[in-house]
Amino acid sequence: MERAHCIEVIYPELEEALVVTIMGASAQELYNLGHRENFFYLQHAMGLASSIGLGLALHLPDERVVVFDGDGSVLMNLGTFATLARYRPDNLIHIVFDNGSLLSTGGFESHTTSGITDLAAMARGAGIPHVITIDSTLRFGEAYVEAVERRELSVIVAKVDAVGPDDYGMDLHLSENAFRFARHIRERKLSRGATAG
Amino acid sequence: MTVSYENSKTIFAGIKAAGIRSISALPETWLGPLLQRAEDDADVHLIQVAKEEEAIGIAAGAHFAGERHLLLMQNHGFLAAINGIVSLAQLYSIPLCMLIALRGHWGEPYPWHTRGGIVTEGVLRALGIPFEYARDPQMVGRQIREAYTLSQSSLSPVALLLTRDLMED
Repeated sequence: MERAHCIEVIYPELEEALVVTIMGASAQELYNLGHRENFFYLQHAMGLASSIGLGLALHLPDERVVVFDGDGSVLMNLGTFATLARYRPDNLIHIVFDNGSLLSTGGFESHTTSGITDLAAMARGAGIPHVITIDSTLRFGEAYVEAVERRELSVIVAKVDAVGPDDYGMDLHLSENAFRFARHIRERKLSRGATAG
Repeated sequence: MTVSYENSKTIFAGIKAAGIRSISALPETWLGPLLQRAEDDADVHLIQVAKEEEAIGIAAGAHFAGERHLLLMQNHGFLAAINGIVSLAQLYSIPLCMLIALRGHWGEPYPWHTRGGIVTEGVLRALGIPFEYARDPQMVGRQIREAYTLSQSSLSPVALLLTRDLMED
């Protein structure tokens, strides 16, 4: 299964969420489907996408937050599983695309290659309430919808092939992305307030 | 030497007077009484991390969410968080208001704290992070407020170093 196809399957659902993605292929594949103001691309600081997601989810309980992580990135911040589990926001879905490879930096094998390290088991051991491992695109879409419906902190480990896009590039400056993402969240808050009022 | 209960109370009052209701932290000795207050205060959202670099991500999320957020850490935790500070906060123009317990500096009896204490100021300078030393309980509330204001107006990390004069009786 390819990560690009997984992202494509849930892309329509992402409109109502706040999405934080790691650098490299994941960011590019999401961007290639069409940038939206509710997407934040963390192009560096490997490991921190889920921490940003936690900060969003805890302070915006009315929003759904979706994080795209990778095996290489999550291995740089394994403590995140324990911190997520401790505060367990029910509006956070943490998707780990596990391709067993540091693909965006030259394709070296990561520690999860050949089933040596089981990230889902680590997430479960940390105390994440709902953890599932997926290896087909159809099941991935179902698992995402199920995680949304469960309304509890979920980790989806998606075993994907170590392939990425042919070209990289975005017409979006890093700070511009941050400013627009924050502004979009402010506007969503205002429109929610107006609806509630 | 014991951690100053009175000054911890003053610092916490300063944090609240600055309108801050969200704090990320990793517990350490000097910050203990302060964190206890944060934990006991129903108006304050305290998020404890496993490693300080996580707090940089959480602070970014809080900033995007429009929340007034403060980071509490030891200087060794600051040293452990540098990639996040550089490649998330500074790269994306995200403000960080950091209160950093300055262990291993003037009067430090424990050898294991000293290297980190000696290099902290130099590292802050190298990163271009504006900083002040907090020594006087009369001044610390104002210093917290001003640190927060500068972090927001400059969209960058700002550090207030909590010294032994302030943190120990």
